[in-house]
Amino acid sequence: MTQGRKFSIGAPILEVNNISLSFGGVKAITGCSFAVLEHEIKAIIGPNGAGKSSMLNCINGIYKPQEGTIALKGKVLEKISPNIIARSGISRTFQNLALFKRMSVLDNILVGRKLHMKSNFLQVGFKMPGARAEEDENREKCEEIVEFLEIKDIRNTPVGNLPYGLQKKVELGRALATEAEVLLLDEPMAGMNVEEKREMCRFILKVNDEIGTTMVLIEHDMGVVMDISDNVVVLDYGKIIADGPPHEVRANQNVIDAYLGVAHD
Amino acid sequence: MNSKFSFLGYTKGDLFNFIALLAVALVVVPLLVQSEYWYSSILIPWLCLALAAIGQQIVMGYAGQLALGAAGFMAAGAFACFNLILRVPDIPFFVALMLSGLVAAAFGVLFGLPSLRVRGIYLMVATLASQFFIIWMIDKFGWFKNYDTSGIITAQDIVIFGKPFTSPQEMYFVIVVVVTLLTILAINMARGSTGRNWMAVRDMDIAAESMGISLLKTKLQAFAICAFYCGVAGALFAFTYLKSLEPVAFDIKLSFKILFMVILGGLGTINGAFIGAAFILLFPVLLNSIGNNVFHGAIDATIISSIEQVVFGVLIIVFLIYEPLGMAKLWDNIKQRVISKIAPKSEPLKQKKT
Repeated sequence: MTQGRKFSIGAPILEVNNISLSFGGVKAITGCSFAVLEHEIKAIIGPNGAGKSSMLNCINGIYKPQEGTIALKGKVLEKISPNIIARSGISRTFQNLALFKRMSVLDNILVGRKLHMKSNFLQVGFKMPGARAEEDENREKCEEIVEFLEIKDIRNTPVGNLPYGLQKKVELGRALATEAEVLLLDEPMAGMNVEEKREMCRFILKVNDEIGTTMVLIEHDMGVVMDISDNVVVLDYGKIIADGPPHEVRANQNVIDAYLGVAHD
Repeated sequence: MNSKFSFLGYTKGDLFNFIALLAVALVVVPLLVQSEYWYSSILIPWLCLALAAIGQQIVMGYAGQLALGAAGFMAAGAFACFNLILRVPDIPFFVALMLSGLVAAAFGVLFGLPSLRVRGIYLMVATLASQFFIIWMIDKFGWFKNYDTSGIITAQDIVIFGKPFTSPQEMYFVIVVVVTLLTILAINMARGSTGRNWMAVRDMDIAAESMGISLLKTKLQAFAICAFYCGVAGALFAFTYLKSLEPVAFDIKLSFKILFMVILGGLGTINGAFIGAAFILLFPVLLNSIGNNVFHGAIDATIISSIEQVVFGVLIIVFLIYEPLGMAKLWDNIKQRVISKIAPKSEPLKQKKT
């Protein structure tokens, strides 16, 4: 399956070491460790409330875990905030759509280019040549993304007016625009029909294949997970119960128990 | 062909609007309007308050921070300008004006700090501090008023390159120049990456942060720029309209007025600042003249001013419910309808372009 890939799976790029997160007395994640390899598609699965989204929020810096560290390319990330994480090369999409509703599709994607645009407000205000060149350049890039995602006809529509499936696509576009090395996708296909899911899978695989972006995705559709991911982490009650290639995970007794439910003695 | 045309990134329509408006402001108005009343009571305060409304628009309409204290920043700008001209010999008026904007901007950063912790209506209450603190400070420390005890200080004359600008029409030209420059600056920022950062913070701050936008920097920047615009507007307001400096002129009522201008004009639009300012300013004038001319003074002036309050209140509620994008959006809709009536064929083309 991994044969003939332009970017073959390499060394760990993102390492989560012994992360624990609790909200008051509720433990969301307890001592989780796993590694994401460069250029791979890693899926995080698990029953509802297993701590999947919390895990992404920890990696992304929205939640601050009480224990444990996150390392990117072997370097432990010290001060964690979404802003700093974005700067170190991790981008994400959100489970419940976090788009800029009153802005157009193109503007939303352009916000993703933020870290590639260095002009300050005075340079922008006075339309200095540098600022204009930068704007044109980044607009061009975003047009490419719009074309790639096949949303050219809606590029100037405010995203708030778009149907759900298209909004999910725009959010993927915005994350792609950052050109981050690692993309965290929180349920990119939730609420989509079969057709839309297939399309989304195609985009994810294509990005991974052509640009080599490492992906960490949360997904509930087992069919999709087994098809597109290279490795799967299974969470249950905030603990990792399996980590490995899809076929192994599928055969794992713990996973089967977690999903089907067994009486814990 | 049409869509490819651009000059410095402006479309043909932008340039047309710009040239038309400038022609109206600099040629048509001076030719048509002769009465001093129009300059000193309508055009000058309108442009000054529109400038302050642009500031409010940036912090509230673009960056989404509910701030209420524009008049405080205006007072800071006005008194800074007064003191600069008083204490710095031979300071050019425009330099003094820009510096007073910067002084106000410093206050903007200071009073923008609560925005990092609180939001919405709570932020509004927190930013009220600027309103009360700045006015209190000016009243408390005599230095700001040059130890004047009368309470009302006459503003100095505006002198540019040795030429005094004292008649209403002359002052109008000074204001047009300042407002034009600052409006273009605001439009450029709003349409460029700066404005996108503001709007991203407004629409979804967590996502904005995850894209690498620093909330701290972006919010404080918006507050600073807002206060800069308000400061310049306040200095112009004091020097050209009030012709005096009194802290009472910048009370909370003025802050609310500017807030209403932005809401009625349309949140998140620069032209909304102008439309809103015109409405808030002209509406009482209109009501008054109706009272005088239609009813020949049969209606008491106090009743008219009460009617004014009622109508404002109703309008704000109606706009918030039916057209949150305000009068600017209404204006756009009317324009679209007229265009589609005159040239129905160009309609689909236009939609494709925009």
